[in-house]
Amino acid sequence: MKMGVVTFPGSNCDYDCYRAVKDALGAEAVYLWHRDHDLQGVDAVFLPGGFSYGDYLRAGAIAALSPLMREVKAFAAAGGPVAGICNGFQILCEAGLLPGALVRNRSLKFRSRPVHLLVERADTAFTSEYEAGQVLEVPIAHGEGCYFADPALLDGLEANGQVVFRYCTEDGLVAPAANPNGSARAIAGIINAEGNVLGMMPHPERAVEPLLGSTDGIGLFRSLAAHLARV
Amino acid sequence: MTDFRVEVRVTPRRGILDPQGSAVQGALRSLGFGEVGEVHVGRLIVFTLAAADEGEAEGRVDAMCRQLLANPVTEDYDVRVEALAAA
Repeated sequence: MKMGVVTFPGSNCDYDCYRAVKDALGAEAVYLWHRDHDLQGVDAVFLPGGFSYGDYLRAGAIAALSPLMREVKAFAAAGGPVAGICNGFQILCEAGLLPGALVRNRSLKFRSRPVHLLVERADTAFTSEYEAGQVLEVPIAHGEGCYFADPALLDGLEANGQVVFRYCTEDGLVAPAANPNGSARAIAGIINAEGNVLGMMPHPERAVEPLLGSTDGIGLFRSLAAHLARV
Repeated sequence: MTDFRVEVRVTPRRGILDPQGSAVQGALRSLGFGEVGEVHVGRLIVFTLAAADEGEAEGRVDAMCRQLLANPVTEDYDVRVEALAAA
């Protein structure tokens, strides 16, 4: 089982993600270079956090057009699991692999702190090690993480069960005060209709060891490993 | 072929919350410019382009806007194309 972490110019969570896969999960991890056209036979792809291409134009807009994204799109179209974290989520939206967009935080402030997430779906390839309704503590670090989509699209996401994580209080209450960026319907993470492309603003790879303050993020990596072992 | 000067103005889609515009509005009003109404902050992209005529230039730029320069989910764009005087 081999998981790939894409490095774009300006990625800065690629090592965190690599370490989460290699050390916390104990699976094989490889870096994938944005300019190559080679996924190196990986079974899953992570698009990590950071500020790819300096967030020029819009966060994720330029990275979405980088050479390797052609392979990532083909991999996703063939059912391969792809997870975008933070900047990776922005890239997936810009690439059209996930619907909607991520815009400037309503507060206009860069938010870097732990948040609580309500697990809405525990039956996906990325969340099977969690339970629906479980509350996770995972950090966020972003300035443009406000999820936006028009009401019809939001209704569609809800109806299809594509909302995977929502911001919530420590007790699991979805409330405006617990929404760190003004995201529509407190959406922190969504999945595509086919169930193989996940995007989320919070950083599970930064919550995989006690030293990091939380181990709640490791479930995502374990879920993906369990999924890959099944297919 | 003619060279054209192109300006693309990208603004947050009307009706979408624009916190940056609101912040600038508040700052202007605090400076005493109470007459200021709705404010939006966008970006201006300027480039030159070679095309057979103005219609072709506009068509090409529109395609660029849809594919890259503006996000169709959150932004509106406005294109101005002007022929450059022959050198």
